[in-house]
Amino acid sequence: MSTSIVSTQQHNKLHPHKFALWVAIASILMMFAGLTSAYVVKSNQTGWRSFVMPKIFWVSTVVIMVSSITMQMAVKAFKNRNMQQYRAMLGVTFVLGIAFVISQVFGFEALWENNVRFKGASGAGQFFWPITGLHALHVIGGVVALLIIFFRSVIGKTKTYNPVPVEVMSTYWHFVDGLWLYLMIFFLILG
Amino acid sequence: MSDTLHIQHEVASHGHSGEPHVHHHKETFISKYIFSMDHKMIAKQFLVTGIIWAIIGGLFSVLFRLQLGFPDQNFPILETIFGRWAEGGKIKPEFYYALTTMHGTVLIFFVLTAGLSGTFANLLIPLQVGARDMASPFMNMLSYWFFFAGSIVMISSLFTQTGPAAGGWTVYPPLSALSQASQGSKSGMDLWIIAMTLFVASQLLGGLNYISTILNMRTKGMSMTRLPLTIWALLFTAILGVLSFPVLLSGLVLLMFDRHLGTSFYLSDIYIAGQALPNEGGSAILYQHLFWFLGHPEVYIIILPTMGLVSEILAINARKPIFGYMAMIASLMAICVLAFLVWAHHMFVTGLNPFLGSVFVLLTLLIAIPSAIKVFNWITTIWRGNLRFTPAMLFAIGFVSIFISGGLTGIWLGNSTIDIHLHDTMFVIAHFHIVMGVSAFFGMFAGIYHWYPKMFGRYMNNTLGYIHFWVTLASAYLIFWPMHYQGLAGMPRRYLDKSSWASFSQFHGLDAMISVVTIIAFSVQLMFVFNYFYSMYKGRRVRSQNPWDATTLEWTTPIHPGHGNWEGEIPEVHRWAYDYGKDGRDFIPQTEPIGENESEH
Repeated sequence: MSTSIVSTQQHNKLHPHKFALWVAIASILMMFAGLTSAYVVKSNQTGWRSFVMPKIFWVSTVVIMVSSITMQMAVKAFKNRNMQQYRAMLGVTFVLGIAFVISQVFGFEALWENNVRFKGASGAGQFFWPITGLHALHVIGGVVALLIIFFRSVIGKTKTYNPVPVEVMSTYWHFVDGLWLYLMIFFLILG
Repeated sequence: MSDTLHIQHEVASHGHSGEPHVHHHKETFISKYIFSMDHKMIAKQFLVTGIIWAIIGGLFSVLFRLQLGFPDQNFPILETIFGRWAEGGKIKPEFYYALTTMHGTVLIFFVLTAGLSGTFANLLIPLQVGARDMASPFMNMLSYWFFFAGSIVMISSLFTQTGPAAGGWTVYPPLSALSQASQGSKSGMDLWIIAMTLFVASQLLGGLNYISTILNMRTKGMSMTRLPLTIWALLFTAILGVLSFPVLLSGLVLLMFDRHLGTSFYLSDIYIAGQALPNEGGSAILYQHLFWFLGHPEVYIIILPTMGLVSEILAINARKPIFGYMAMIASLMAICVLAFLVWAHHMFVTGLNPFLGSVFVLLTLLIAIPSAIKVFNWITTIWRGNLRFTPAMLFAIGFVSIFISGGLTGIWLGNSTIDIHLHDTMFVIAHFHIVMGVSAFFGMFAGIYHWYPKMFGRYMNNTLGYIHFWVTLASAYLIFWPMHYQGLAGMPRRYLDKSSWASFSQFHGLDAMISVVTIIAFSVQLMFVFNYFYSMYKGRRVRSQNPWDATTLEWTTPIHPGHGNWEGEIPEVHRWAYDYGKDGRDFIPQTEPIGENESEH
């Protein structure tokens, strides 16, 4: 099999890996649509209990938004073949990704202190756990992917200027960022 | 599993000896037969795993049919095999529920979803669109191994102390959420959820690949409207899967929270075993919405691929172009869209608002239109054709017959008023077994008989194929037709023993007959399995590159294609896939340019 899976006449089309990512994003969105629509339906029923978002989630929000910017800068540096800056920005994005997850954990602890827990009657707080937990898992997946492409750029045997993996990475990263913004606004309005 | 992989090894190496072969990369036993990234090998892995699952799932139905057909008899052999699950040779009620649950789960997900789409999407998409492999062969391999891991977890649940999940393949809470509610809601239920999570991951990885390969990796000249209908059907199947499986996953995540963390997503005001639970405000109906948002598209995930396979096989073996190609695509698309809009017809008796119910009735009955278009086009395709009655063709025609029979009862059940009477009766069992169980199997068998030469370079035995077809067709109607009458009389599904109801005692002989036919039908399927494996070694060899005189690209590859499919350049496509009986020629391959005096179809 030839090394490239893309034949000559396919160059003007979207790269299959990028396209696959968009389909994956649609798929992930369906999961969160399922969860948040379940939330909406339940929130109209009697006995619904709301909760107050701890302030630390604002920190998470700022952190992940900044990480999106650094990710974009990494892509730009890669395209300018400025590998030094590319690696630096990738590293910053990686650190910010971890910072986001840690900040989320602090937020979860604050919620737990505020008595928003698993057990007992249904309410907004109970939905918050699986929804934000699944989001955090998707961010952790992104952090692992960042780590992999970071190490590839450091110890890679061959120099590669193929932008597809980096672009796929950045699209996914912007997606988990946007997904968090959606969830944040969702819980602020309906929480 | 290692045995079957070994078999494939022998067969493939056998074929190698006679064929000059271009190796593009070095392959070891492990990279070629186990962790293979070749879509054709992954297809075979899905098929063999699916066959093993089908034997297990089918055997379960034989076991519970023994109970249903002969409720007052003992079968000592059952105790020998199942020990305390069948003390005194009689199936215990808990075991009976576990059997029906696992029969449904295994057949619907592990056989007719993974075994069917997994096999034919992997085999046919790259070969028929003209690609060397999937968009991401690595993800494709992961897709199989997630399925395999899910299979191992599901199998292991059969061997737990408290048995596998019970309470139906839909695992409705609160039964499934409370481990104190039944044996089948204990660890077996956890393993069910874990297995299904792995399964969903497998389906998503596979689906992403199928969609992006079809849309992005077609060869030169292969416009969307030149694709064979198999590919169109597999495309819509994959779209349904990637958009609906995640919703099932979200429902299962909430179920897991309810089971282990004490949340109340699905639970409210429950008093069990003398104890009031603290759960409040949950809704079991919420689970049903999340489940059926997958559950309904799931039945189209099962049936759409077979519609594609059947369209292709009917056209090839009638030596005629498919009738109404664009209408076929449009109706596939209509089914795909409607699939997402009808889930609540499974919930007419849950206290659903009748006005909302009437909307779902309307949308449900609308599906009859694209289905009827497809049936009409299949019949007009074979109308006045030069039919070649290969086993694949017989199964394809049988598919159309069975699909009509099962589809018509769907119109009954789609009406919310009639559904009040028929809900949870044997009528429902008859309907969905015929329309998506048996007919999907017919389509799958058609596909296996037809593409077996491409998979293994040999033919399956025709005589065994014909016996397989006729006995299966007769059994399918003998088993499921009478169930309609039982259901109309109000006989409920899932009941262990109905003999204490005077109104159902008249069906005793009928139930015994159904059970006997079930055993016959099952043994004929074992004969098919024998044929499948026997033909790998001893089947008649394929001598011609294009044994069925078909137009599509998979028959332009070598008889034993290597990884990469075509030895030289990928061929260019110049016409649609259905130029049969055109301008005095029997067939014109897709790779042949349009002649000077020829008009495109």
